[in-house]
Amino acid sequence: MAGAIEHVFLYRDPSVVARRARLRLACNLVSLALAAVVVHWLQHNLGDYPLRILNLAAINVILAVSLNLIYGFTGMFSLGHAGFMAVGAYVAALLTLPQATKDVIFLMAPLAWPFNVLSAPPIVAVVAGGIVAGLAAFLIGLPVLRLRGDYLGIATLGFAEIIRVVANNIPSITNGALGLKGIPNFANNLWWTWGWAAFTVWFIARLVGSVHGKALLAIREDEVAAEIMGVRLTYHKMISFVTGAVFAGIGGALLGSLITTIDPKTFGFMLTFNILIIVVAGGLGSITGSVITALLYTVLLEALRPIEAGWRLGPLAVPEIPGLRMVVFSLVLLVIILFYQRGLFGGREFSWDWLIRKLERAAAGTAATAGAVERRTGATADAGAESEAQATRPGGGWSSTAGRGTETGGRGGASKRAPKGT
Amino acid sequence: MRALAATDVLRLDHITMRFGGLLAVSDCNLAMARGELVGLIGPNGAGKTTVFNVITGVYKPTSGRVLFEGRDITGMRPDLVCGLGIARTFQNIRLMKSLSVVDNVLIGHRVHMRSSLGSAVLRLPGYVREENLLYEESLKLLDDLGLLKYKDTPAGSLPYGEQRRVEIARALATRPRILLLDEPAAGMNPYESQMLVKFIRDVLTRFNLTILLIEHDMSVIMEVCDRIMVLDHGETIAEGTAAEIQANPRVIEAYLGVGYKHAGNY
Ligand SMILES: Nc1ncnc2c1ncn2[C@@H]1O[C@H](COP(=O)(O)OP(=O)(O)OP(=O)(O)O)[C@@H](O)[C@H]1O
Ligand SMILES: [Mg+2]
Repeated sequence: MAGAIEHVFLYRDPSVVARRARLRLACNLVSLALAAVVVHWLQHNLGDYPLRILNLAAINVILAVSLNLIYGFTGMFSLGHAGFMAVGAYVAALLTLPQATKDVIFLMAPLAWPFNVLSAPPIVAVVAGGIVAGLAAFLIGLPVLRLRGDYLGIATLGFAEIIRVVANNIPSITNGALGLKGIPNFANNLWWTWGWAAFTVWFIARLVGSVHGKALLAIREDEVAAEIMGVRLTYHKMISFVTGAVFAGIGGALLGSLITTIDPKTFGFMLTFNILIIVVAGGLGSITGSVITALLYTVLLEALRPIEAGWRLGPLAVPEIPGLRMVVFSLVLLVIILFYQRGLFGGREFSWDWLIRKLERAAAGTAATAGAVERRTGATADAGAESEAQATRPGGGWSSTAGRGTETGGRGGASKRAPKGT
Repeated sequence: MRALAATDVLRLDHITMRFGGLLAVSDCNLAMARGELVGLIGPNGAGKTTVFNVITGVYKPTSGRVLFEGRDITGMRPDLVCGLGIARTFQNIRLMKSLSVVDNVLIGHRVHMRSSLGSAVLRLPGYVREENLLYEESLKLLDDLGLLKYKDTPAGSLPYGEQRRVEIARALATRPRILLLDEPAAGMNPYESQMLVKFIRDVLTRFNLTILLIEHDMSVIMEVCDRIMVLDHGETIAEGTAAEIQANPRVIEAYLGVGYKHAGNY
C-alpha cells in the first residue's frame, strides 16, 4: 500500500510511516492474542459471579464508548441511552425467546405478529436489536437534533421515558409491566461480551480517527464555524447519533441476555445516569477513558456491595444503608471532577507511540532518528518551536485528540490501530 | 456603483436584511471582479458582519440576491456555500480550540474528501490514499504560510495573532475562490498589522483569490484595498478608492460623528 501512495508524501518519510504502521499492527495483533489467552483462561477458571461482573463490565464499555461518541466526540448532550438500550433489549429478547417460553409468559395479551413467528440465532438477534435502536434514533433525531445543549438533553430524556411508557402499554409485544422472563443467557460468556466491546471500540475509534471523524470533532468545538467550513450539520450529527444508538441497542440486547429478565423499569433514567458518570469521569472524547472507567466502575460497584450491608469499625456501628455505594460513587465523581476537570483521561488516548519510539531508538541507537521522521519540520530551524509544541502535549505514552493519529486501545484486547501515523 | 461585468466573482444585488424592526443592511449592492481586494468599512453596528453572514448563508436576506460566479446562492446552506468556493474567517476567532492546528486545517480540506464513511472505517486503500493526500496538503499549506511549526499545537493555545493566521489557513484549506476576512487585524499591534498586510497580499496572489476585507485598522485598509465600500447604519454611504473615501464628507461625518474607533471589538 505504501508503494502506491509514495508520491503523495512531501512532508513525511513514507518508509517511516509504513514501518510504524506495521509496528502498530504488530503491537495490536500481539495484544489481541494475549487478550484472547486471558479471556480463554478467565472463562474457564472464574466462578459464575466474577464472570457475570466481567460480562457486565464489557457491556458498560459498549454503552460508555457509544455515549462518548455522541456526547464526548460530537458534543451532543444526549440522555436517551436507556431508551435505545430498551429497544435493543426487547428486540433481541423477542427474537431469542424459545417458543415455549413465549407461550407461557404472555398472559395479558398474545404475542403479536411478527414476533410470534420470528426467531433468530443470538448473533442475528443482537445485530437486529442494534439496527432497530438505530432506526429509532433516526426517527427521533429528525426533529430533536436541531436542538442544542440542555434542550437536546431534555428532548432525548423525554424520548427514553416515552419508550418506557410505550413498553408498559403494548402488552402484545412487551408483555407490559410483567416484562420478559427466561431470555436465553448467551451473553454470559466473555467471548461474546468482550468480543462486542472490542468491535465497538474498533469501530468508533476508526470513525472518530478518520477525516470524516474530524467533522464530528468540529461540530463539538464550534457548530457555526464547522458549518461554514463545509460540515453538513444534520448529516454528521445523525451519523454520530445513530451509530451511538446502534451500539447502545447492542449493549441493551446483551444486557437483557445477561440478566435474563427485562421489564420497563430496567431501563429507567438511572441506567443512563450510570453511563454518563462513566463517560464524564473517564473523560469526554477519550475512548480509553471510557473503557478503563467502565471496567473500574463495574468492578468497584460490586466490590463496594458489603458496605451497604451494615458493619462495625471499632466503636462505630454503621447500619444497613441501601444505596450507600451510589453515595460513595457520587463523592468519587465529585472528587474526579474537582481535580481532573476533563475527566481522568481528558481527551487523551492510549497509543503505541511510546513503545515504537523506544524500539526505534534502540534500533538506531542515536537521537537522530526523531529528526529523520519529519523531513522538513523536526531537526531544522523549527526545532525550538517543535519542542514547544511537544511541551503542550501530554507526555508519556499518551496522545491527545489534538494530535494526529489518535490511537485507541482498550482493555481485554480492544486495542485498535488508528489511521496510520506520523 | 461600478458597472457589472461578466467576470464578476461575487455580486450582491439590492441586499436588505432586517432583524425585527432593525434594518441591519439596507439595499447593499456590490460587484467584485476576479483578483480584486475590496475593503468593507464602517462604524460599529454598521452591518458589515451581517453582509458576510448573508453571503455565507448564515442569514437569508430579507430581500435581494447573492450571486456567486453568476449563480444565485441566496439563502443557500452554509456548508454548500463553502463547497462552492466561498470561505471566511470570524471577527471573534472561531477555531476548533482544543484540536491541533493541522486538524483545524484538515477540517477545511475535508470538504474535498470523496471516499465514503464506510471506506474510512474500514481504512480501504482508496480512503488511506486520500487521507494521506489531504494530510500532506494540510502540512504543505501550513508550511506555505509559515505555520508548520505549530502543527501539533492545540489551536486555542497559540498567541492571538497566530490564531488569526491559522484561521485564514483553515479557510484557505477549503480551496476557496473568494475569501471573506472579518477584522483580521483586530487586537494586533502596528507591527503585527504590517505583517498581516504582507500576508494578505501574498495570499491574494499566491492562491489566485478575490478578497472582501472588513477592517477597522485604516492603515491596513488604505494599504491593501483596490476599492473600499463604506457602510453606516446599513446604508452604503460611499464607494471608491482609498483617496476618494478619505476625502468623502459623508464618510468623515459617519466616523467622526460616532467616534472613530481604531480597533474593532472582539
Ligand atoms: N442575529 C441578529 N439578531 C438581531 N440583530 C442583529 C443580529 N446580527 C446583527 N444584528 C444587528 O445588526 C446590526 C449590524 O450588526 P453587524 O454585526 O453586522 O455590525 P458590524 O458592522 O459588523 O459591527 P462591528 O464593527 O461592531 O463588528 C447591529 O445593530 C446588530 O446588533
Ligand atoms: Mg462585525
